[in-house]
Amino acid sequence: MRYLVTLKVAAQPDGPPPADLMEAIFKLGQEATEAGALLDNSGLAPSSEGARVEVSGGRLTVSDGPFAEAKEVISYALYEVRSKEEAVEWTARFVKLHRDLWPGWEGQADVLRLFGPEDFAPPA
Amino acid sequence: MLYPGRMTVADSHRAVEAVWQIESARVIAALARMVNDIGLAEELAQDALVAALEEWPRKGVPDNPGAWLTLTAKHRAIDQFRRRDTYQRKLQELGRDMELRQESAEAELDDALDDHIGDDLLRLIFTACHPALPVEGRLALTLRLLGGLSTAEIARAFLVPEPTVGQRISRAKRTLADKRIPIELPPPAELPARLASLLEVIYLIFNEGYAATAGEDWIRPSLCQEAMRLGRVLVGLMPAEPEVHGLLALMEIQASRIPARTARDGTPILLLDQDRSRWDRLLVRRGLDALRRAEELGTLGPYGLQAAIAACHARTLTPQATDWERIAALYRLLAHLTPSPVVELNRAVAVGMAYGPARGLEIVDSLRDEPALRGYAHLPAVRGDLLAKLGRAEEAAAEFRRAAELTRNVRERDLFLERAAAL
Repeated sequence: MRYLVTLKVAAQPDGPPPADLMEAIFKLGQEATEAGALLDNSGLAPSSEGARVEVSGGRLTVSDGPFAEAKEVISYALYEVRSKEEAVEWTARFVKLHRDLWPGWEGQADVLRLFGPEDFAPPA
Repeated sequence: MLYPGRMTVADSHRAVEAVWQIESARVIAALARMVNDIGLAEELAQDALVAALEEWPRKGVPDNPGAWLTLTAKHRAIDQFRRRDTYQRKLQELGRDMELRQESAEAELDDALDDHIGDDLLRLIFTACHPALPVEGRLALTLRLLGGLSTAEIARAFLVPEPTVGQRISRAKRTLADKRIPIELPPPAELPARLASLLEVIYLIFNEGYAATAGEDWIRPSLCQEAMRLGRVLVGLMPAEPEVHGLLALMEIQASRIPARTARDGTPILLLDQDRSRWDRLLVRRGLDALRRAEELGTLGPYGLQAAIAACHARTLTPQATDWERIAALYRLLAHLTPSPVVELNRAVAVGMAYGPARGLEIVDSLRDEPALRGYAHLPAVRGDLLAKLGRAEEAAAEFRRAAELTRNVRERDLFLERAAAL
């Protein structure tokens, strides 16, 4: 089963992320890839470079970023794993790196299951 | 507590088991190198899991859980050797002083984790897939040691009773011990044959799942995922082997069709009739990437060629645009590498599509007395299809009826009978 993990930042110290953190993230990504769990991932540019397309009250609006939310989505990862717990474990390792290597950083990762063929199986 | 938050005991056990699924193969592999016995290595690793289930829910998951499990299991090994009266003999067998090893265990652990993990895992995989073991033993042992699957899960996946799987595993371990098969990387001269045996096991696991995607039990299709996972692990361990990439490419491209290959009522949908918009684009992309890496590394082997054939379909948006000439040429290469009547039959289909049914029929007719195809439903089915295209309706219908008699798959039988009736 596949899980999409999005990482959102709530607060972070000024300046770029520490080199140690970036290196540790790279290493963990490699490990998860070699474990056959990580299928795809990428960092995301700030929402100031993005846009939002919205429907509300029957009206379609397009607005440029940045978005008003307190939390910016800064990366995503796509895992193929055998259980939700396994996706949570990889995510916990990832978030732990931020805690340990970038003091003052706060944020959250959401772990969401993708629908797969098993969800559309014929009734048994 | 494991991770602070709303976790029950059952939750935290599942969380420990998730860590186990991620780490177990590497823990077993490191121990196997130490004790030179796969069965014992697995027992010790299981002991470490039990210890983790007791300790982690109270104290939290350690920062490096894999290292914790390995170290715990190593300590158990040392304790066991001490207690056993075979201590001295084992010591001699190992040729090392375990007491010294205990003192240096921490240092050695870093060593084990940093330098040898890849090699340890490879040794374990090669040993589990050793040609001295019967195929079903290799499959069960690989899923158990490398996949972290329980005996019950393997039994469910292969639709056999649990004790049967248990016996296969224990017999395989005993064979390895009795024949004194060392846990080591194959010598260079044996590598091609040993690698072939390993890839065969992974592809058999994949096909066991792939053949069953119409079934109701989704643990069987999850075998496809497990095989792909093993393929991805292997790509990390042997990045220079083209066939390792080739096999992964083949599995990913084939698996990309899973969402499209059965109708809602479970009826199989043939490749050319599938709704290609339902193919899994991520797997297609990954499969094509893996194929490209295989091509860059050298000449394609049998898996790489099959992947290249599958890629011809994956790259094509409509069945009409399929490059059948290329597929026919790839089948010719494949037939050259691994001569087989089944490959020839597939080539006949491609040739029929590329150069007209008469040319395809020539090849099929040359296969009619092939003993390996006697009773093979797809021989008359392919022949029927080519005859139908040539307008020889009566002969074609007879072939489809023959195919319907031969197949053991009910859905396939219906399909053949429908074709016969439509002529």
